[in-house]
Amino acid sequence: MKRLLDPDSLRALSRGCAVLGAGGGGDAYVTLLQALQATEDFGPVPLVDLDELPDDALIMPCAGIGATTVILEKFENGNEGARLREHLQFMTGRPVAALMAIEIGGGNGVLPITWAARIGLPVVDADGIGRAFPEVPQVTMHLAGIPASPAVMTDERGNLVVFRTISGHWMERLERAAAVEFGGAASSTEFSLTAAQAREATVRNSVSKAIRIGEALAGAKGSPVAALIAELDAFQLVTGKVLDVERRTTSGFVRGSVVIEGLREDAGRLIRLELQNENLVALERGRVLASVPDLITVLDSETADAIATETLRYGQRVTVIAFACDPVWRTERGIAVAGPRAFDYDFDYQPVEELARASA
Amino acid sequence: MPAPEHRLGIDVGGTNTDAVIMDPADRVVAKAKVPCTPDITGGITRAIATVLHTPGADPRRISHVMLGTTHATNAVLERRNLRRVAVIRIGGPATLSVRPMFGWPRDLTDTISVGTTIVDGGIEFDGRDLSPLDTDTLARFLGEVGSAAQGIVITSVFAPVSPRHELLAADIVKRELGEIHVSLSHEIGSLGLLERENATILNGALAGVARDVAEAMRAALAAHRLQPTRFFAQNDGTLMGLDHALRYPVLTIGSGPANSVRGAAFLSGSSDSLVIDVGGTSTDVGVLVNGFPRESSQGVEIGGIRTNFRMPDLVTIALGGGSVISSDPRGTRIGPRSVGYLLEREALVFGGSTPTLTDSAVAADRAVLGEVMPDGRHRRMLGEALARADGMIAEAIDRVKTSKEDRALVAVGGGSILVPDRIPGISEVIRPDHFDTANAVGAAIASVSGQVDRIFHVGEAGRRAILDEARDEARERAVAAGADPGTVQIVELEEIPLAYLTSPSLRIRAKAVGTLGGHPEEHQRADLARQARVADRADQPDPTSPPATAP
Repeated sequence: MKRLLDPDSLRALSRGCAVLGAGGGGDAYVTLLQALQATEDFGPVPLVDLDELPDDALIMPCAGIGATTVILEKFENGNEGARLREHLQFMTGRPVAALMAIEIGGGNGVLPITWAARIGLPVVDADGIGRAFPEVPQVTMHLAGIPASPAVMTDERGNLVVFRTISGHWMERLERAAAVEFGGAASSTEFSLTAAQAREATVRNSVSKAIRIGEALAGAKGSPVAALIAELDAFQLVTGKVLDVERRTTSGFVRGSVVIEGLREDAGRLIRLELQNENLVALERGRVLASVPDLITVLDSETADAIATETLRYGQRVTVIAFACDPVWRTERGIAVAGPRAFDYDFDYQPVEELARASA
Repeated sequence: MPAPEHRLGIDVGGTNTDAVIMDPADRVVAKAKVPCTPDITGGITRAIATVLHTPGADPRRISHVMLGTTHATNAVLERRNLRRVAVIRIGGPATLSVRPMFGWPRDLTDTISVGTTIVDGGIEFDGRDLSPLDTDTLARFLGEVGSAAQGIVITSVFAPVSPRHELLAADIVKRELGEIHVSLSHEIGSLGLLERENATILNGALAGVARDVAEAMRAALAAHRLQPTRFFAQNDGTLMGLDHALRYPVLTIGSGPANSVRGAAFLSGSSDSLVIDVGGTSTDVGVLVNGFPRESSQGVEIGGIRTNFRMPDLVTIALGGGSVISSDPRGTRIGPRSVGYLLEREALVFGGSTPTLTDSAVAADRAVLGEVMPDGRHRRMLGEALARADGMIAEAIDRVKTSKEDRALVAVGGGSILVPDRIPGISEVIRPDHFDTANAVGAAIASVSGQVDRIFHVGEAGRRAILDEARDEARERAVAAGADPGTVQIVELEEIPLAYLTSPSLRIRAKAVGTLGGHPEEHQRADLARQARVADRADQPDPTSPPATAP
C-alpha cells in the first residue's frame, strides 16, 4: 500500500534509524532536517513496497559516505541525488523508478527522503543491511552477488566520479580516497538493481520497521526503554553508566572500547563494548553477550534515544540492548562478510538469543 | 588587575535577586535577598543598594562584581527585548539543504530575523577553502537588509578549523554598514554547524538584553560611587569580562544553575558530592565533579532551539518552598503552582491562607519560621504532602546518582529547609552557612576559564605535540580572560579521532581554569598570543593543496 511520509513519520523514522544504526550510520538529526525541508518545499515522499514496482524497475541505492563529524559541519547542497540519478540513468540507459537507503541505520536511513522529494520519486520500503555496517561490501546486495559497480559519487560543488571496480574491496578503497579529497564526505550510489532483484537481495520492510520503532518511543506510556525492548524483541544486556571510553584510529576507522558499570539491578557488573564505527561486540568477563552481525545499541536510560559511538562520554547513564539481525546475515556467507571474524575477532558467531538463554 | 579585594556576587533568579559581599579570605561579610522585578534592573538596583547598606559591608573595598542571571533565557522564552538580526551563513554550495533557522518556532523567527542568506565560501575540515568567499553577494545582501538589522550574525562552515572567512565577512560588514553588533560563530560555539549557527543567532538577538543588564549594574554601582571591574558568569560556572559578555551574551544563558552548584561546593568545602538547590518554585539536583557541575552529555535546547552549549546536568522537579498544597478525593497534591515571592504573605505560618510546603516543613519541625503554627485541620494534609515531597526528592537524587555508594548531599537555596535529614542513598545532608544565597556566592567565587574545541591535524610533530598545543591555547585563553597565570590548570582534555579519514585528525576539547588575578600585562600578553594564534590559522589558506574550486 502506498503511504505518504508526513513530518511525524519522518521524525519517527529518524529516531528508529538511530536505534538500527547500532552506534553508527551517521547523525540522523541533520538528515532529518534535510528531509523535513525537502518535503516542505517539494511535497511528501511516497513509501512503496517492492511488490508494487514492475520487475525491471531500476532502484537507485543512496548513501552519504565519509566522516560523521564532517557531516555535522558540511552537509549537502540538496541537489546531489538528482545529479547521481542523472548519471546512473546515463550509464544504464534506463530510468530510475525509486530510491532506496543502502543502510537503514543512522542518518543514511533518512537520506533518500531528501533526494526523493527533490527528484519526485518514491522510496522503497527496504534497505541493503537492516542496520549499519562500516564497509561498502557489507550489504545484502553483495551477498546476493550484485556488483557495486557502476558507482557514482558527487559532492556539493558538482564534481562527479564514476567507479568501476573489480571488487567491493576496491570500491571501498577508491571511494574512501575520493571522499577525503571532496572534504571528508560525499554522496554516492552503488549496487543499483532491479525491483525483481531487490525482492531477493534486500532487507524488506525496514523503513516501516524504523518508523514503528520511532513511534513506539514517542508513544511509550511508561519507560521508553521497556517499550523499545518490547517492540524489537530485544535483550537488555546491562543498565548502568559509562565508566571509560577509549578510541584510536586505525586505517581510517575509529576503533575503541567502552566500559559500562552496572547500576541498580546490575550493580557490580562491568560490560565492555568493542567498537568500529558501530558497536561490534559486548563482553562480560571475557564472555560474549552479543556480537555482530546482531545489533548492539546503547540507549539513553531516560529517553531510550540511541547514542552514536562518537558521542559516548564518561558518566552517561545508558542501557545496552541487543537484538537479532536480518536472517540473511546469519547465513554462512553473511557471517563470513559481517560476523566476528570479519572484524578480526577470534571467536565464532552465536545468535544473541542463544547467548541470552545460556547466561540466564 | 590587582588581586581582588572584596567581591560582590549577584544572582538574578526567577523569584529573588541575591547579593553577597565576600572578603579576600572568601568569607561572606554581607548578604541580601530582594524580590525580582519584571524589568530585572529594579531587582539588581535594590539588591545592590540593600547589600551595600548591610552591616559588615565596606563598599569602598569592592574591587570586582560578578553577575549571574537566567535573564537571557527568559528573554528568549518570552520573546522580550530581542534585537532584529540579519543571518549570514558562509558555506555554499554546501549546506543549502537546511536553511538557517529552519525548524525554529515561527513567532521567534519573525521576532528576530530580518533576512537570512547562504553565500558561497567556508572551510573544509582540513583547512582548505570549501569555495572562495562570495564577497559580492554578501555585500548585496547587506545592502538589502542593512537598514532593518540591529545586528549581523555570521557563521562559516568549519569556522572552528579556520575563522578566516568569518573575519573577512566581518570586515565587509564594517565597510558596508559601519559600526553594528556582529556575532561570529567561531567565538561562540564548537563543531556542529546548525547548533553553532543557532547559538550565534540567539547571541545577536540578546545583545540589547546584555547591554541593559550591564547598564543597570553600572548605574546601580555608580549611584554608590563604585566602579569595580565587572564580570558575568557563564554556563560552566566560570567568569568572563564585561566586554566579552556584551559581545557574546548567549554564553551567560545557563549561569544560574552553574553558580548554585559552585556555590554549594564552596560553602560546604566539598568537591565531589550531590547538590540540591530548592527555590520557591522548583528544585534542581546536580552533581559536583572536582568542584564543578557535571555537564550534560548533549547540547541543550533554549526555547525550543537546539544549541551545542553544554550546561550543568541537572534533574529539575516542580517542587519548592512556595509550592501550593491542595487536596481532592484522590489525595493530596503538590503544586505545580507556587506562591513564589508572596510566600511571606500567603503561607499559613505567616498568617496567610494558602497551605505550602514551607508550612509542611514547619509543622514537621524541620524549620522554625513565621509566626503561626499551622492548626490541626491542616496537619494531616501537610504531613502527607511532606511525605510525598520526600519521595520526589529521593527519586530525583536517585536519577542523578551514577554510583551505588552513598554520597553526601549539599542542600542550598531558600527552600532547602524542606530537605529531610535522612534520604536513601545519601550518607549525610550538609547544610552550609549562607545556604540561602549559594548562587550569589557561586558567582562571587567563580574562576576564569579558557576553552578550545576544534579539529587538529596530526602532522609530523605527532599527537603529543597537538595535545600540548590545545592545552597551551586553553591556558592562554584563560589568562586573556583575566586568570592569574600561576593558578591556571587544565581541568578537561578530551580527544575524539575523526572516523573515515585517511589522514589522522583529532577533535580536541580542552578547558583551563584559574583564579581571578595576575597582572594586566600578563592578560594582555596572553590575549595577543591568542589573537596571533587565530590570525595564524586565518592566514593559512589551503595548507594541503591548491584551491578546490576554479573561480
